[in-house]
Amino acid sequence: MRDITLGQYFPSNGILHKLDARIKILLLIAYIVIIFCSFNFFALGLVVLFAITTVILSRVPVKMFLKSLKTIIIIVLITSILNLFYGSGEPLCQWWIFTITLNGIFNAITVTLRIICLVIVSSALTFTTSPTDMTDGLEKLMKPLTVFHISVHEIAMMMTIALRFVPTLLEETDKIMSAQKARGADMESGNLVKRIKALIPILVPLFVSSFRRAYDLAMAMECRCYRGGKGRTRLKQMKMGKRDVFACVFMLILISGVVLCDVFLSGIIPS
Amino acid sequence: MSILRTENLGLVYGKGTPFEKKAVNNVNIEINKGEVVGIIGHTGSGKSSLVQMLNGLFKPTSGTVYYNDTDIFANPKELRKIRFNIGLVFQYPENQLFEETVAKDISFGPKNMGLSDEEIQIKVKKAAHFAGLKEELLERSPFDLSGGEKRRAAIAGVIAMEPEILILDEPTAGLDPVGKDVLLSQIEAYHKESQNTVLIVSHNMEDIARISDRVLLMNNSEALMFDTPENVFSRVDELKSVGLRIPEITEITSKLKRRGINLPDGILTVEAAFKEICSLLSKGGKADA
Repeated sequence: MRDITLGQYFPSNGILHKLDARIKILLLIAYIVIIFCSFNFFALGLVVLFAITTVILSRVPVKMFLKSLKTIIIIVLITSILNLFYGSGEPLCQWWIFTITLNGIFNAITVTLRIICLVIVSSALTFTTSPTDMTDGLEKLMKPLTVFHISVHEIAMMMTIALRFVPTLLEETDKIMSAQKARGADMESGNLVKRIKALIPILVPLFVSSFRRAYDLAMAMECRCYRGGKGRTRLKQMKMGKRDVFACVFMLILISGVVLCDVFLSGIIPS
Repeated sequence: MSILRTENLGLVYGKGTPFEKKAVNNVNIEINKGEVVGIIGHTGSGKSSLVQMLNGLFKPTSGTVYYNDTDIFANPKELRKIRFNIGLVFQYPENQLFEETVAKDISFGPKNMGLSDEEIQIKVKKAAHFAGLKEELLERSPFDLSGGEKRRAAIAGVIAMEPEILILDEPTAGLDPVGKDVLLSQIEAYHKESQNTVLIVSHNMEDIARISDRVLLMNNSEALMFDTPENVFSRVDELKSVGLRIPEITEITSKLKRRGINLPDGILTVEAAFKEICSLLSKGGKADA
């Protein structure tokens, strides 16, 4: 139940933890763009190097990253196999309708590396940014959308609350499951219908307590005069520091490196 | 004869991760058939983890539990049957109610045992009686009951399985004083009538002193004392050093004793104290009674 790693915050004191959440989100977007703009092995190498650097700087155990990769392994396999057989150019070997070309192999490797880098760096963001910082950052970044009458603050608040209650609900589920097991509930055997029926004694109490929690929380927020985002100030002001500038410069170097590789080294290995 | 026995029982959470924590460490206890055991200890001392291992919900990381001299973890498929014999009522059990009517909710356990409808009917009635639920409540929705009634309905849900051992984790937490008193009397009456073994986890020393034959004191995930309440509550300084207090009446009588009033040790209830003081007064010829 508690093995959900994707999107889990991992508290530590690394440099990535101290970066401004807004910068981290923007850098992630820039990185994703760059991943898909790297067209040869040199550019790709730079991208992979960046991913490895993030893993090291994040001070999060490598095991955690591997765990989040485990969830997407099937997607990686399927896309790389598809790419393997859809290359153009001279066939290296051929069997029935399947042809493997040099270009196909290159494509397969590229796609695999791209997806892995994407997942690793995105998980680095969630591992090193607490949910509250993340939603605060998103709220700030999406602020311009208020022009289009989108209530950014409310959306951010809902996200914060939802994220906040994930561990609470998991814990609650565990407790109710144990309590029903103590009354002899059988959740491990039987056919599909029986198993779905076995969920009722868990879901009903879970819903009841969630509604109660929602009422309580709404009441508590109103008691503290919560009136939405208008005129609200923050306890923790977000400030850009030197390290945020460094991070941006680092990203700029990566971008220019990838672009240079794409332009000048494209002839060496066919793409 | 011991009905429940633990051997080097231990539980470690999150083994091998940075969050590793010892919850229970090397507990060896023997519980006799028909006795009431009170389990006390500071928050986080391992009481709840211990009782959840006793009915096989948590698998111990070391040692094991013997029920009637059979290792309950030896055969994982039999664990479910063990839970029918060792009933566990969780903290705030009213959070587990889910059926449309109280009667249906109470019958969840017996139904899982695979009993016939008539047997279930009888067990539900019996359990409702033991838990002190009025019969007209049985056809109501459990969500319409008051807090105390909900608690009793949930406890009835475990009693209905007629377990040989009934374990209650903080049964009176969050109830008003009257509700507490009623529930405790109900548990006492249940024990008297059924002669089953009862284990109670509680923070309330008065409750423990009133009801238990023996008291198990947990501290820092270890079993520190396991003795009669008189003996446990006479070790005042040790109890205080682990963050617990003794029943107020015991504290008062022991202070009186220190002032030279001839009272016996280990007075645990107000009634007992009243009796002792009365007899003392009548000996001194100062009381009318």
